[in-house]
Amino acid sequence: MKFVLLPLILIMLSTASVEAVEPDELLEDPHLEARARALSIDIRCLVCQNQSIDDSDADLAKDLRKLVRKKLKEGTSDEDIRKYLVARYGEFVLLRPRIKSDTYILWFGPVIILLAGIIGIFIFFLRHSKNNSIQPSLILSEDEEKRISELTNNRG
Amino acid sequence: MRQLLSLLPLSAFILLAAYFGLGLTKDPGLIPSALIGKPAPTFDLPSLMPGEKDINEHDFKGKISIVNVFASWCIPCLAEHPIWMQIHNNTSIPIYGIAWKDKRETAMRWLEKHGNPYTKIGYDPLNVFGIEWGVYGAPETYVVDKNGRVRFKHVGPIFPKLWQSHIFPLVKKIRAEK
Repeated sequence: MKFVLLPLILIMLSTASVEAVEPDELLEDPHLEARARALSIDIRCLVCQNQSIDDSDADLAKDLRKLVRKKLKEGTSDEDIRKYLVARYGEFVLLRPRIKSDTYILWFGPVIILLAGIIGIFIFFLRHSKNNSIQPSLILSEDEEKRISELTNNRG
Repeated sequence: MRQLLSLLPLSAFILLAAYFGLGLTKDPGLIPSALIGKPAPTFDLPSLMPGEKDINEHDFKGKISIVNVFASWCIPCLAEHPIWMQIHNNTSIPIYGIAWKDKRETAMRWLEKHGNPYTKIGYDPLNVFGIEWGVYGAPETYVVDKNGRVRFKHVGPIFPKLWQSHIFPLVKKIRAEK
């Protein structure tokens, strides 16, 4: 089993690092290239919508990768590059939407629902432990007690 | 009260299911343009036709214009081509073409074969115009008003129905503006 698993894991690891960036696109300065990669991961390829331009082999993604690198070489900041792209392609070009008034529900909705759930569960248990700690139906009536003692006596 | 509360998860589920269900019927390719209402981005392209003047955003000022991104390799562009010929033959609305990611000779040959509806054509083999205007792919169509503002954008081919129901009324409306 071990001998099967190890190569499998290696194969998975190797495919995880496949990327669309072509050798001729790479910048010489490793710092700039690292910034370009980090930026590209968060920019949506608009043709193949759920891929980043870092993943995608589409023509437009390649153009945008080149553009990002050109801007970085010119000394543009990461934030300014993002702004440049948003001004042209819209907010949709960012894979990670910004936190602003129309994305509050998106960012904070799940947290609110989780909190509501926790509060709900809390209230549920609180109620049950207070009022119904012993349910009336579980208390035996006198007749039942009598029967039980009869039954146990008979056996004994 | 309790019973109402127990219906809450189910009703929440139905609401969400309806919302996402509606979302599925929409075309994910339709993305609102960041340019609507904004001044046409600056650009400067050589003309596709040798010897003719360059084309830039100043060409659009003072009148309503249509800007159409096309390419000879693009099949949907050929599908929408007849409508541009019709508009060119029957109206006075100027149509500006952008030959996008295309080769000069093939684009010129394509226009010779199918007809040239364009007032002026910019030649953009390297996607310079494309990046400035946020072009996703060909064909793409813009309506620019006389103040040089982008008023409409459509990604994908324009068919007579869309022209009649949407674009032509918009053109008339913009023309009536002062």
